[in-house]
Amino acid sequence: MTTRTAPSATALYDIPGPATRKRHRLYGIFSTALILALVGWVVYLLFDTEQFTSAKWTPFEYKGIQELLLRGLGNTLKAFAYAAVLSLLLGAVLAVGRLSEHRVVRWIATVLVEFFRAMPVLVMIFFIFVALKVQPLPALVTGLTLYNGSVLAEVFRTGIISVERGQSEAAYALGLRKTQVTTFVLAPQAVRAMLPTIISQLVVALKDTSLGYLITYEEFLHAGKLIASNLDYDLPFIPVVMVISPIYIGMCMLLSWFATWVAKRERRNPKMKAVEIAPAEPGTLLPGVQ
Amino acid sequence: MDVLTENFSLYGKGFLGTVELTVYSSILALVLGFLMASCRVAPVGSLRVLGTVWVTVLRNTPLTLLFFAVLLGLPRFGLVLPFKVFAVLALGCYTSAFICEVLRSGINTVPTGQGEAARSLGMTFGQTLNTVVLPQAFRSVIPPVGSTLIALAKNSAIAGAFSVTELLGTYKTLNELGYSIIWTFVWIAVGYLIITLSISALFNVMEKRWGVAR
Repeated sequence: MTTRTAPSATALYDIPGPATRKRHRLYGIFSTALILALVGWVVYLLFDTEQFTSAKWTPFEYKGIQELLLRGLGNTLKAFAYAAVLSLLLGAVLAVGRLSEHRVVRWIATVLVEFFRAMPVLVMIFFIFVALKVQPLPALVTGLTLYNGSVLAEVFRTGIISVERGQSEAAYALGLRKTQVTTFVLAPQAVRAMLPTIISQLVVALKDTSLGYLITYEEFLHAGKLIASNLDYDLPFIPVVMVISPIYIGMCMLLSWFATWVAKRERRNPKMKAVEIAPAEPGTLLPGVQ
Repeated sequence: MDVLTENFSLYGKGFLGTVELTVYSSILALVLGFLMASCRVAPVGSLRVLGTVWVTVLRNTPLTLLFFAVLLGLPRFGLVLPFKVFAVLALGCYTSAFICEVLRSGINTVPTGQGEAARSLGMTFGQTLNTVVLPQAFRSVIPPVGSTLIALAKNSAIAGAFSVTELLGTYKTLNELGYSIIWTFVWIAVGYLIITLSISALFNVMEKRWGVAR
Protein backbone atom coordinates (compact mmCIF):
# COMPACT_ATOMS: atom_id res chain seq x y z
CA MET A 1 0.00 0.00 0.00
CA THR A 2 2.81 2.35 0.87
CA THR A 3 4.58 2.40 -2.46
CA ARG A 4 1.61 2.84 -4.78
CA THR A 5 1.89 6.16 -6.55
CA ALA A 6 -0.80 8.27 -8.12
CA PRO A 7 -1.86 6.62 -11.38
CA SER A 8 -1.62 9.71 -13.56
CA ALA A 9 -0.66 13.35 -13.43
CA THR A 10 -3.07 15.62 -11.58
CA ALA A 11 -3.15 19.38 -11.25
CA LEU A 12 -0.84 18.88 -8.30
CA TYR A 13 1.81 16.41 -9.47
CA ASP A 14 3.42 15.12 -12.60
CA ILE A 15 3.83 11.40 -13.14
CA PRO A 16 6.71 10.68 -10.78
CA GLY A 17 10.09 9.59 -12.10
CA PRO A 18 12.40 7.05 -10.43
CA ALA A 19 13.98 9.52 -7.97
CA THR A 20 10.61 10.91 -6.91
CA ARG A 21 9.22 7.42 -6.55
CA LYS A 22 12.07 6.58 -4.24
CA ARG A 23 11.40 9.71 -2.21
CA HIS A 24 7.69 8.94 -2.02
CA ARG A 25 8.51 5.43 -0.87
CA LEU A 26 10.57 6.93 1.93
CA TYR A 27 7.70 9.24 2.93
CA GLY A 28 5.39 6.26 2.74
CA ILE A 29 7.48 4.16 5.11
CA PHE A 30 7.81 7.11 7.46
CA SER A 31 4.11 7.95 7.56
CA THR A 32 3.11 4.30 7.86
CA ALA A 33 5.37 4.03 10.89
CA LEU A 34 3.79 7.16 12.35
CA ILE A 35 0.24 5.91 11.80
CA LEU A 36 1.08 2.47 13.19
CA ALA A 37 2.65 4.12 16.23
CA LEU A 38 -0.56 6.09 16.78
CA VAL A 39 -2.71 2.98 16.47
CA GLY A 40 -0.33 1.15 18.79
CA TRP A 41 -0.61 3.93 21.34
CA VAL A 42 -4.41 3.73 21.29
CA VAL A 43 -4.31 -0.05 21.71
CA TYR A 44 -1.82 0.38 24.56
CA LEU A 45 -4.18 2.89 26.20
CA LEU A 46 -7.03 0.42 25.86
CA PHE A 47 -5.00 -2.28 27.60
CA ASP A 48 -3.58 0.15 30.12
CA THR A 49 -7.03 1.26 31.28
CA GLU A 50 -8.09 -2.40 31.46
CA GLN A 51 -10.78 -2.40 28.81
CA PHE A 52 -10.21 -6.04 27.88
CA THR A 53 -10.80 -7.61 31.29
CA SER A 54 -13.20 -10.50 31.29
CA ALA A 55 -15.51 -8.69 33.71
CA LYS A 56 -16.23 -6.12 31.03
CA TRP A 57 -16.69 -8.55 28.16
CA THR A 58 -18.56 -11.51 29.69
CA PRO A 59 -21.87 -9.62 29.78
CA PHE A 60 -22.00 -9.94 26.00
CA GLU A 61 -22.23 -13.71 26.45
CA TYR A 62 -25.43 -13.46 28.48
CA LYS A 63 -28.59 -14.20 26.60
CA GLY A 64 -30.46 -11.32 28.25
CA ILE A 65 -27.86 -8.79 27.15
CA GLN A 66 -27.80 -10.13 23.61
CA GLU A 67 -31.56 -9.96 23.44
CA LEU A 68 -31.49 -6.42 24.81
CA LEU A 69 -29.06 -5.37 22.08
CA LEU A 70 -31.03 -7.16 19.37
CA ARG A 71 -34.26 -5.57 20.54
CA GLY A 72 -32.55 -2.19 20.41
CA LEU A 73 -31.30 -2.90 16.91
CA GLY A 74 -34.80 -4.02 15.92
CA ASN A 75 -36.26 -0.79 17.28
CA THR A 76 -33.69 1.24 15.36
CA LEU A 77 -34.55 -0.58 12.14
CA LYS A 78 -38.25 -0.21 12.85
CA ALA A 79 -37.93 3.55 13.29
CA PHE A 80 -35.82 3.68 10.13
CA ALA A 81 -38.36 1.68 8.11
CA TYR A 82 -41.26 3.89 9.18
CA ALA A 83 -39.27 7.07 8.64
CA ALA A 84 -38.02 5.94 5.23
CA VAL A 85 -41.42 4.96 3.88
CA LEU A 86 -43.20 8.00 5.30
CA SER A 87 -40.56 10.47 4.16
CA LEU A 88 -40.64 9.02 0.64
CA LEU A 89 -44.42 9.52 0.65
CA LEU A 90 -44.21 13.01 2.12
CA GLY A 91 -41.45 13.87 -0.32
CA ALA A 92 -43.61 12.77 -3.24
CA VAL A 93 -46.58 14.77 -1.97
CA LEU A 94 -44.55 17.92 -1.34
CA ALA A 95 -42.79 17.61 -4.69
CA VAL A 96 -46.15 17.35 -6.45
CA GLY A 97 -47.30 20.36 -4.43
CA ARG A 98 -44.28 22.40 -5.48
CA LEU A 99 -44.85 21.48 -9.13
CA SER A 100 -48.56 22.24 -8.95
CA GLU A 101 -50.20 24.71 -11.28
CA HIS A 102 -52.26 26.21 -8.47
CA ARG A 103 -50.40 29.06 -6.90
CA VAL A 104 -51.76 28.52 -3.38
CA VAL A 105 -50.74 24.84 -3.29
CA ARG A 106 -47.31 25.67 -4.68
CA TRP A 107 -46.86 28.42 -2.14
CA ILE A 108 -47.85 26.26 0.84
CA ALA A 109 -45.59 23.41 -0.27
CA THR A 110 -42.66 25.79 -0.74
CA VAL A 111 -43.07 27.30 2.72
CA LEU A 112 -43.31 23.85 4.33
CA VAL A 113 -40.26 22.52 2.50
CA GLU A 114 -38.13 25.57 3.25
CA PHE A 115 -39.15 25.67 6.90
CA PHE A 116 -38.55 22.01 7.65
CA ARG A 117 -35.23 22.02 5.85
CA ALA A 118 -34.02 25.05 7.79
CA MET A 119 -34.89 23.68 11.24
CA PRO A 120 -32.47 21.40 13.09
CA VAL A 121 -34.14 17.99 13.06
CA LEU A 122 -33.50 17.60 16.80
CA VAL A 123 -35.45 20.77 17.57
CA MET A 124 -38.43 19.35 15.69
CA ILE A 125 -38.16 16.01 17.45
CA PHE A 126 -37.95 17.68 20.86
CA PHE A 127 -40.85 19.96 20.02
CA ILE A 128 -43.06 17.01 19.08
CA PHE A 129 -41.87 15.01 22.08
CA VAL A 130 -42.02 17.73 24.75
CA ALA A 131 -44.61 20.22 23.60
CA LEU A 132 -47.07 17.88 21.91
CA LYS A 133 -46.42 15.12 24.46
CA VAL A 134 -46.15 12.34 21.88
CA GLN A 135 -44.63 8.91 22.55
CA PRO A 136 -40.92 8.59 21.66
CA LEU A 137 -41.31 6.40 18.53
CA PRO A 138 -43.97 8.53 16.79
CA ALA A 139 -42.10 11.69 17.80
CA LEU A 140 -38.85 10.39 16.31
CA VAL A 141 -40.52 9.11 13.15
CA THR A 142 -42.47 12.34 12.65
CA GLY A 143 -39.39 14.51 13.10
CA LEU A 144 -37.33 12.40 10.70
CA THR A 145 -40.19 12.26 8.20
CA LEU A 146 -40.74 16.02 8.17
CA TYR A 147 -37.06 16.75 7.67
CA ASN A 148 -36.12 13.99 5.23
CA GLY A 149 -39.43 14.32 3.41
CA SER A 150 -38.71 17.97 2.68
CA VAL A 151 -35.21 17.20 1.48
CA LEU A 152 -36.51 14.35 -0.69
CA ALA A 153 -39.19 16.65 -2.09
CA GLU A 154 -36.45 18.89 -3.44
CA VAL A 155 -34.61 15.86 -4.83
CA PHE A 156 -37.75 14.61 -6.60
CA ARG A 157 -38.54 18.06 -7.91
CA THR A 158 -35.04 18.61 -9.30
CA GLY A 159 -35.24 15.18 -10.88
CA ILE A 160 -38.54 15.89 -12.56
CA ILE A 161 -37.68 19.34 -13.86
CA SER A 162 -34.37 18.13 -15.23
CA VAL A 163 -35.93 15.43 -17.42
CA GLU A 164 -35.43 16.57 -20.98
CA ARG A 165 -38.25 18.84 -22.15
CA GLY A 166 -38.93 16.80 -25.28
CA GLN A 167 -40.14 13.93 -23.11
CA SER A 168 -43.04 15.84 -21.60
CA GLU A 169 -43.74 17.69 -24.85
CA ALA A 170 -44.05 14.38 -26.69
CA ALA A 171 -46.31 13.01 -23.99
CA TYR A 172 -48.56 16.08 -24.08
CA ALA A 173 -48.66 15.86 -27.87
CA LEU A 174 -49.95 12.29 -27.54
CA GLY A 175 -52.85 13.71 -25.55
CA LEU A 176 -51.86 12.65 -22.04
CA ARG A 177 -53.02 14.76 -19.12
CA LYS A 178 -50.60 16.41 -16.72
CA THR A 179 -51.08 13.69 -14.09
CA GLN A 180 -50.43 11.00 -16.68
CA VAL A 181 -47.38 12.79 -18.02
CA THR A 182 -45.95 13.06 -14.52
CA THR A 183 -46.72 9.51 -13.41
CA PHE A 184 -45.95 7.62 -16.62
CA VAL A 185 -43.23 9.68 -18.25
CA LEU A 186 -41.46 12.08 -15.92
CA ALA A 187 -41.52 10.38 -12.52
CA PRO A 188 -40.03 7.03 -13.65
CA GLN A 189 -37.13 8.72 -15.38
CA ALA A 190 -36.61 11.18 -12.52
CA VAL A 191 -36.63 8.48 -9.86
CA ARG A 192 -34.22 6.31 -11.81
CA ALA A 193 -31.83 9.20 -12.23
CA MET A 194 -32.14 10.38 -8.65
CA LEU A 195 -31.98 6.94 -7.02
CA PRO A 196 -28.42 7.34 -5.65
CA THR A 197 -29.29 10.69 -4.07
CA ILE A 198 -32.49 9.25 -2.62
CA ILE A 199 -30.61 6.32 -1.07
CA SER A 200 -28.01 8.69 0.39
CA GLN A 201 -30.79 10.67 1.99
CA LEU A 202 -32.07 7.43 3.50
CA VAL A 203 -28.60 6.90 4.98
CA VAL A 204 -29.03 10.27 6.68
CA ALA A 205 -32.38 9.07 8.03
CA LEU A 206 -30.77 5.85 9.29
CA LYS A 207 -28.01 7.83 11.01
CA ASP A 208 -30.53 10.19 12.55
CA THR A 209 -32.58 7.41 14.12
CA SER A 210 -29.88 7.50 16.79
CA LEU A 211 -31.39 10.83 17.88
CA GLY A 212 -34.10 8.66 19.42
CA TYR A 213 -31.59 7.96 22.18
CA LEU A 214 -31.95 11.58 23.31
CA ILE A 215 -35.72 11.29 23.74
CA THR A 216 -35.47 7.95 25.57
CA TYR A 217 -36.64 5.85 22.64
CA GLU A 218 -35.37 2.34 23.35
CA GLU A 219 -33.17 1.99 20.30
CA PHE A 220 -29.73 0.50 19.78
CA LEU A 221 -27.71 3.23 21.50
CA HIS A 222 -30.14 3.25 24.41
CA ALA A 223 -29.61 -0.48 24.89
CA GLY A 224 -25.87 0.12 24.83
CA LYS A 225 -26.16 2.84 27.42
CA LEU A 226 -28.12 0.49 29.70
CA ILE A 227 -25.33 -2.08 29.55
CA ALA A 228 -22.59 0.51 29.84
CA SER A 229 -23.96 1.99 33.04
CA ASN A 230 -24.25 -1.35 34.79
CA LEU A 231 -22.02 -1.49 37.84
CA ASP A 232 -22.19 -5.29 38.03
CA TYR A 233 -20.26 -5.53 34.80
CA ASP A 234 -17.65 -2.98 35.90
CA LEU A 235 -19.10 -0.19 33.69
CA PRO A 236 -18.14 -1.73 30.31
CA PHE A 237 -18.39 1.55 28.43
CA ILE A 238 -15.58 1.16 25.93
CA PRO A 239 -16.52 -2.47 25.13
CA VAL A 240 -20.07 -1.33 24.44
CA VAL A 241 -18.83 1.35 22.07
CA MET A 242 -16.57 -1.21 20.42
CA VAL A 243 -19.51 -3.54 19.87
CA ILE A 244 -22.11 -0.96 18.85
CA SER A 245 -20.22 1.35 16.53
CA PRO A 246 -19.09 -1.29 13.99
CA ILE A 247 -22.70 -2.44 13.64
CA TYR A 248 -24.05 1.10 13.28
CA ILE A 249 -21.30 2.26 10.94
CA GLY A 250 -21.50 -1.01 9.02
CA MET A 251 -25.23 -0.57 8.37
CA CYS A 252 -24.78 2.98 7.14
CA MET A 253 -21.76 2.01 5.03
CA LEU A 254 -23.67 -0.83 3.38
CA LEU A 255 -26.45 1.54 2.44
CA SER A 256 -24.07 4.20 1.13
CA TRP A 257 -22.12 1.62 -0.87
CA PHE A 258 -25.43 0.52 -2.32
CA ALA A 259 -26.03 4.13 -3.38
CA THR A 260 -22.62 4.29 -5.06
CA TRP A 261 -23.22 0.95 -6.75
CA VAL A 262 -26.57 2.11 -8.09
CA ALA A 263 -24.96 5.33 -9.34
CA LYS A 264 -22.27 3.38 -11.17
CA ARG A 265 -24.81 1.03 -12.71
CA GLU A 266 -26.99 3.93 -13.82
CA ARG A 267 -24.10 5.52 -15.62
CA ARG A 268 -23.70 2.40 -17.77
CA ASN A 269 -27.43 1.96 -18.33
CA PRO A 270 -28.50 2.61 -21.96
CA LYS A 271 -31.99 3.53 -20.71
CA MET A 272 -30.43 6.60 -19.15
CA LYS A 273 -29.32 8.00 -22.50
CA ALA A 274 -32.65 9.79 -23.01
CA VAL A 275 -32.53 11.46 -19.63
CA GLU A 276 -30.32 14.50 -19.73
CA ILE A 277 -29.76 14.73 -16.03
CA ALA A 278 -26.50 15.60 -14.37
CA PRO A 279 -25.07 12.16 -13.58
CA ALA A 280 -26.67 11.48 -10.22
CA GLU A 281 -24.18 11.14 -7.47
CA PRO A 282 -24.73 9.86 -3.99
CA GLY A 283 -25.38 12.83 -1.70
CA THR A 284 -23.17 14.08 1.07
CA LEU A 285 -24.65 12.02 3.94
CA LEU A 286 -24.51 15.12 6.10
CA PRO A 287 -27.78 15.78 7.84
CA GLY A 288 -28.83 19.39 7.47
CA VAL A 289 -27.12 20.26 4.20
CA GLN A 290 -29.43 22.48 2.21
CA MET B 1 -43.47 37.25 23.59
CA ASP B 2 -43.21 37.27 27.40
CA VAL B 3 -41.11 34.14 27.28
CA LEU B 4 -38.40 35.97 25.36
CA THR B 5 -38.41 39.30 27.21
CA GLU B 6 -38.54 37.78 30.70
CA ASN B 7 -35.81 35.23 30.01
CA PHE B 8 -33.67 37.23 27.70
CA SER B 9 -30.45 36.47 29.57
CA LEU B 10 -31.17 32.73 29.54
CA TYR B 11 -31.87 32.77 25.81
CA GLY B 12 -28.85 35.00 25.27
CA LYS B 13 -26.63 32.52 27.09
CA GLY B 14 -27.99 29.61 25.06
CA PHE B 15 -27.64 31.57 21.83
CA LEU B 16 -24.04 32.51 22.61
CA GLY B 17 -23.36 28.89 23.58
CA THR B 18 -24.55 27.71 20.18
CA VAL B 19 -22.57 30.43 18.39
CA GLU B 20 -19.44 29.52 20.34
CA LEU B 21 -19.86 25.81 19.61
CA THR B 22 -20.42 26.57 15.94
CA VAL B 23 -17.42 28.88 15.61
CA TYR B 24 -14.93 26.65 17.43
CA SER B 25 -16.11 23.46 15.73
CA SER B 26 -16.03 25.20 12.35
CA ILE B 27 -12.41 26.19 12.88
CA LEU B 28 -11.50 22.66 13.98
CA ALA B 29 -13.46 21.15 11.07
CA LEU B 30 -11.83 23.45 8.52
CA VAL B 31 -8.30 22.79 9.81
CA LEU B 32 -8.77 19.02 10.14
CA GLY B 33 -10.66 18.86 6.87
CA PHE B 34 -7.83 20.67 5.10
CA LEU B 35 -5.27 18.28 6.61
CA MET B 36 -7.30 15.23 5.63
CA ALA B 37 -7.91 16.60 2.14
CA SER B 38 -4.15 17.04 1.71
CA CYS B 39 -3.72 13.44 2.84
CA ARG B 40 -6.30 12.26 0.32
CA VAL B 41 -4.57 13.94 -2.63
CA ALA B 42 -1.04 13.13 -1.43
CA PRO B 43 1.22 11.00 -3.63
CA VAL B 44 1.98 8.81 -0.60
CA GLY B 45 -0.21 5.72 -0.39
CA SER B 46 -0.44 5.35 3.36
CA LEU B 47 -1.59 8.95 3.81
CA ARG B 48 -4.26 8.43 1.16
CA VAL B 49 -5.46 5.36 3.03
CA LEU B 50 -5.57 7.35 6.26
CA GLY B 51 -7.65 10.09 4.64
CA THR B 52 -10.01 7.63 3.00
CA VAL B 53 -10.58 5.68 6.21
CA TRP B 54 -11.15 8.89 8.17
CA VAL B 55 -13.74 10.12 5.69
CA THR B 56 -15.54 6.81 5.17
CA VAL B 57 -15.83 6.01 8.86
CA LEU B 58 -16.83 9.46 10.07
CA ARG B 59 -19.31 10.06 7.28
CA ASN B 60 -21.14 6.88 8.17
CA THR B 61 -21.12 7.42 11.93
CA PRO B 62 -24.31 8.73 13.51
CA LEU B 63 -23.38 11.97 15.25
CA THR B 64 -25.18 10.91 18.41
CA LEU B 65 -23.00 7.80 18.59
CA LEU B 66 -19.89 9.96 18.17
CA PHE B 67 -21.03 12.30 20.94
CA PHE B 68 -21.81 9.29 23.11
CA ALA B 69 -18.35 7.81 22.49
CA VAL B 70 -16.43 11.07 22.92
CA LEU B 71 -18.29 12.63 25.85
CA LEU B 72 -18.70 9.48 27.87
CA GLY B 73 -15.83 7.38 26.48
CA LEU B 74 -12.76 9.62 26.53
CA PRO B 75 -13.00 10.25 30.30
CA ARG B 76 -12.42 6.51 30.72
CA PHE B 77 -8.93 7.05 29.34
CA GLY B 78 -8.30 9.58 32.08
CA LEU B 79 -8.86 12.47 29.70
CA VAL B 80 -11.09 14.83 31.65
CA LEU B 81 -12.00 18.06 29.90
CA PRO B 82 -15.04 20.31 30.08
CA PHE B 83 -18.03 18.91 28.19
CA LYS B 84 -17.92 21.88 25.85
CA VAL B 85 -14.43 20.93 24.61
CA PHE B 86 -15.57 17.35 24.03
CA ALA B 87 -18.58 18.63 22.11
CA VAL B 88 -16.35 20.80 19.93
CA LEU B 89 -14.09 17.80 19.31
CA ALA B 90 -16.97 15.53 18.31
CA LEU B 91 -18.66 18.12 16.09
CA GLY B 92 -15.40 19.28 14.57
CA CYS B 93 -14.14 15.78 13.72
CA TYR B 94 -17.51 14.75 12.31
CA THR B 95 -17.80 17.82 10.09
CA SER B 96 -14.13 17.62 9.05
CA ALA B 97 -14.93 14.49 7.03
CA PHE B 98 -17.49 16.43 4.98
CA ILE B 99 -15.23 19.49 4.66
CA CYS B 100 -12.47 17.15 3.46
CA GLU B 101 -14.64 15.81 0.66
CA VAL B 102 -15.70 19.33 -0.35
CA LEU B 103 -12.09 20.53 -0.49
CA ARG B 104 -10.94 17.45 -2.37
CA SER B 105 -13.59 17.85 -5.03
CA GLY B 106 -12.68 21.54 -5.14
CA ILE B 107 -9.07 20.64 -5.92
CA ASN B 108 -10.29 18.13 -8.51
CA THR B 109 -12.23 20.85 -10.34
CA VAL B 110 -8.94 22.60 -11.20
CA PRO B 111 -8.05 21.38 -14.70
CA THR B 112 -4.86 19.32 -14.95
CA GLY B 113 -3.56 21.75 -17.55
CA GLN B 114 -3.33 24.53 -14.95
CA GLY B 115 -0.86 22.56 -12.88
CA GLU B 116 1.06 21.38 -15.94
CA ALA B 117 1.36 24.93 -17.26
CA ALA B 118 2.58 26.17 -13.88
CA ARG B 119 5.19 23.43 -13.68
CA SER B 120 6.39 23.98 -17.21
CA LEU B 121 6.97 27.61 -16.29
CA GLY B 122 9.36 26.26 -13.70
CA MET B 123 7.24 26.84 -10.61
CA THR B 124 8.04 24.74 -7.58
CA PHE B 125 5.42 22.57 -5.91
CA GLY B 126 4.76 25.24 -3.28
CA GLN B 127 4.31 27.94 -5.89
CA THR B 128 2.03 25.78 -8.00
CA LEU B 129 -0.08 24.98 -4.97
CA ASN B 130 -0.27 28.47 -3.50
CA THR B 131 -0.56 30.64 -6.56
CA VAL B 132 -2.32 28.42 -9.09
CA VAL B 133 -4.23 25.46 -7.69
CA LEU B 134 -5.50 26.59 -4.29
CA PRO B 135 -6.83 30.03 -5.35
CA GLN B 136 -8.91 28.37 -8.07
CA ALA B 137 -10.05 25.59 -5.78
CA PHE B 138 -11.00 28.12 -3.10
CA ARG B 139 -13.38 29.89 -5.44
CA SER B 140 -15.36 26.77 -6.22
CA VAL B 141 -15.64 25.46 -2.66
CA ILE B 142 -17.25 28.55 -1.08
CA PRO B 143 -20.91 27.49 -1.50
CA PRO B 144 -20.51 23.84 -0.41
CA VAL B 145 -18.40 24.82 2.61
CA GLY B 146 -21.15 27.29 3.51
CA SER B 147 -23.86 24.65 3.48
CA THR B 148 -21.64 22.25 5.42
CA LEU B 149 -21.15 24.87 8.14
CA ILE B 150 -24.89 25.56 8.24
CA ALA B 151 -25.41 21.86 8.81
CA LEU B 152 -22.78 22.03 11.56
CA ALA B 153 -24.70 24.83 13.30
CA LYS B 154 -27.87 22.75 13.15
CA ASN B 155 -26.10 19.64 14.39
CA SER B 156 -24.76 21.54 17.40
CA ALA B 157 -28.25 21.11 18.90
CA ILE B 158 -27.23 17.56 19.81
CA ALA B 159 -24.64 18.96 22.22
CA GLY B 160 -27.47 20.47 24.24
CA ALA B 161 -28.83 17.02 24.98
CA PHE B 162 -25.42 16.12 26.44
CA SER B 163 -25.66 18.97 28.98
CA VAL B 164 -23.61 21.57 27.12
CA THR B 165 -25.07 25.07 27.39
CA GLU B 166 -26.66 25.89 24.06
CA LEU B 167 -29.89 27.09 22.57
CA LEU B 168 -32.00 23.93 22.49
CA GLY B 169 -31.10 23.13 26.11
CA THR B 170 -32.84 26.29 27.34
CA TYR B 171 -36.24 24.64 26.90
CA LYS B 172 -35.64 22.49 29.98
CA THR B 173 -35.24 25.42 32.37
CA LEU B 174 -38.14 27.32 30.82
CA ASN B 175 -40.33 24.25 30.98
CA GLU B 176 -39.64 23.91 34.69
CA LEU B 177 -40.42 27.58 35.19
CA GLY B 178 -43.83 26.90 33.67
CA TYR B 179 -43.67 29.00 30.53
CA SER B 180 -45.70 28.18 27.45
CA ILE B 181 -43.74 25.39 25.83
CA ILE B 182 -44.88 26.25 22.31
CA TRP B 183 -43.57 29.82 22.52
CA THR B 184 -40.35 28.59 24.11
CA PHE B 185 -39.74 26.49 21.03
CA VAL B 186 -40.77 29.27 18.67
CA TRP B 187 -38.01 31.48 20.05
CA ILE B 188 -35.51 28.63 19.97
CA ALA B 189 -36.40 28.12 16.31
CA VAL B 190 -35.94 31.84 15.65
CA GLY B 191 -32.52 31.66 17.30
CA TYR B 192 -31.42 28.84 15.01
CA LEU B 193 -32.79 30.65 11.98
CA ILE B 194 -30.76 33.75 12.91
CA ILE B 195 -27.58 31.68 13.09
CA THR B 196 -28.11 29.68 9.89
CA LEU B 197 -29.27 32.72 7.94
CA SER B 198 -26.25 34.75 9.02
CA ILE B 199 -23.89 31.97 7.95
CA SER B 200 -25.61 31.74 4.59
CA ALA B 201 -25.50 35.57 4.21
CA LEU B 202 -21.79 35.55 5.04
CA PHE B 203 -21.08 32.91 2.43
CA ASN B 204 -23.25 34.70 -0.11
CA VAL B 205 -21.10 37.80 0.32
CA MET B 206 -17.93 35.71 0.00
CA GLU B 207 -19.28 34.02 -3.09
CA LYS B 208 -20.15 37.36 -4.67
CA ARG B 209 -16.69 38.66 -3.94
CA TRP B 210 -14.55 35.66 -4.82
CA GLY B 211 -16.83 33.07 -6.37
CA VAL B 212 -16.42 31.63 -9.84
CA ALA B 213 -18.06 33.82 -12.45
CA ARG B 214 -20.55 31.57 -14.21
